[in-house]
Amino acid sequence: MEVAVVKKEVKAEPMSEKKKDRITNIFVFAFLSFGAIFMVAPLLWMFSTSLKSKEDVFALPPVWIPKDISFSKYLEIWDMGPLLSGIGNSLIVALSVTIIGTLTSSLAAFAFAKLKFNGKNKIFIMLFASVMIPYPVLMIPQFIMFSSIGWVDSLLPLIVPGLFGNLFMIFFLRQYLNSVPNSIIEAAKIDGCSYFQIFYKIIFPLIKPAVAAQLILWFMGIWNDYLGPILYLNSPEKQTLQLVIANFNASYAIQSDYPLIMAASVVALLPMLIVFIIFQKQIIESIAISGVKG
Amino acid sequence: MKATSKLYRTEQRYAYLFIAAPVLGFLIFAMVPLIYSMYGAFTNWNGLGQMEFIGFENFINLFKDEYFYKSMYNTFFMMLGIPIGIVLALLLALALNRGIFGTNTFRVLYYIPVISSIAAVSILWQWAYNGDYGLVNQFLDLIGIEGPNWLQNTATVKPALIIMAVWKGLGYTMLLYLAALQSVPKTFYEAAKLDGANAFQAFWHITLPMVKPVTFFIIVTNIIGGAQIFTEINVMTPTGGPEYSSASVVFYIWQKAFGNFQLGYASAMALVLGLFIFIITLIQFKMNEKSSFDLD
Repeated sequence: MEVAVVKKEVKAEPMSEKKKDRITNIFVFAFLSFGAIFMVAPLLWMFSTSLKSKEDVFALPPVWIPKDISFSKYLEIWDMGPLLSGIGNSLIVALSVTIIGTLTSSLAAFAFAKLKFNGKNKIFIMLFASVMIPYPVLMIPQFIMFSSIGWVDSLLPLIVPGLFGNLFMIFFLRQYLNSVPNSIIEAAKIDGCSYFQIFYKIIFPLIKPAVAAQLILWFMGIWNDYLGPILYLNSPEKQTLQLVIANFNASYAIQSDYPLIMAASVVALLPMLIVFIIFQKQIIESIAISGVKG
Repeated sequence: MKATSKLYRTEQRYAYLFIAAPVLGFLIFAMVPLIYSMYGAFTNWNGLGQMEFIGFENFINLFKDEYFYKSMYNTFFMMLGIPIGIVLALLLALALNRGIFGTNTFRVLYYIPVISSIAAVSILWQWAYNGDYGLVNQFLDLIGIEGPNWLQNTATVKPALIIMAVWKGLGYTMLLYLAALQSVPKTFYEAAKLDGANAFQAFWHITLPMVKPVTFFIIVTNIIGGAQIFTEINVMTPTGGPEYSSASVVFYIWQKAFGNFQLGYASAMALVLGLFIFIITLIQFKMNEKSSFDLD
């Protein structure tokens, strides 16, 4: 009896429910747009400030689109600080670490996922336990180690540890490789492939999409890093981009040259923004997976 | 039998070769520094003279150090942003999960602050919090509120940093929730509807329990990240804020170690922080049955 009543209600309702759904969707859209404005407004403000004259910055009420749009600050910044060498240094660190580190990480992931060896479980857990150690605990002794071999004020302390691989990447790629059937590898072995050949002919092409997404995320992490560089780099021409713009901020805020500071910050932010917009699908998917697997 | 074991040995040799780099990296850049740090915490290490063993003196001094308490309090206070971020992110994820027009664009827009460099974002917000000309106060002015000089005021500097942290992290949390929501079987909601549950009941009894593992993951990673907050403080309040009211633990460690060269003392502080993070991580592993490291 009750079941019949419920069914009748469900059948009688679809039209009005659809309408209700549409109205809800309009509200939801408005809510999301409102939120999106809050998310993007500060960044737009940053860009707008960078196009203003020094005086326009202090206009009340604020001007979002300056009367005289001027890109002159984007020319000026290159002479006002070591911005170009900052970009170069950031590129050197990020590229060398991600390219070599990705190779070492994917080789290790291959071994952990597909090869048999004694102590596999123990070694993996041991490696993974080290991600629990926060950087602040390691930074002091690491600094002393690097300074004793004279590497302070060089890019080496930022590059060398990364060349040995990234544990998150190993973990993620190992997970990904678990879905690759062992029989492919067995077949390759029978055909006389060496382990290196198996890796670069079979495994690497298979995990390429996962590798790409992880590499981009890692690259972004290094590009945006601040604590590592601030510990090691003193000379202005050795500094990475993030430090250079922080120094722009410290030196030019006194002169209230905000357009200059904002232009430099936009330059620091733009490369990753472009990378993100191009690879947004892969990046977002990769993040979502890592969260669900947690 | 012999042939297989020879093959196995070859495979094992290659396997060890392939994992050599991360294992070496682990020993050189994690294990050695960790042991060094643990020992250093019990010495008067200053980077120049001899490291003299002084027992628990650093730890005793630490718990008498007003600045240590202050930086601890500030660090925990700023974690208040975590629940705010979680509630907002879940709301946004629920909204996005309806699959309405523009979903992908919204996802990208909300995610932009996450990929933005923290240094650039800190510089931007420092400017936005400017008492006279900043974006925040000009906005408040529109609705008739006279905003404070956010970063110069002991009462507002931490809330200012919290607002910025929520803004920066929202997209990431939202994305994790969205992925979790999409994995909830639709049949659950249909069944609940047939049973006469309203939208709120469905949310409370289906959605929330189903996203619980993700919530837990978010809380833990946010606490671990929040405990190490540094860059925004270093950029926005280079001296640790008015009356040291925005200095975090890592900021204080950094000052002690690289400003005053009290390396032993700073190591002791880092160890206390590390222990705290270790306990939080351990709780996650204990409570999250999903994370297992079974191989083969």
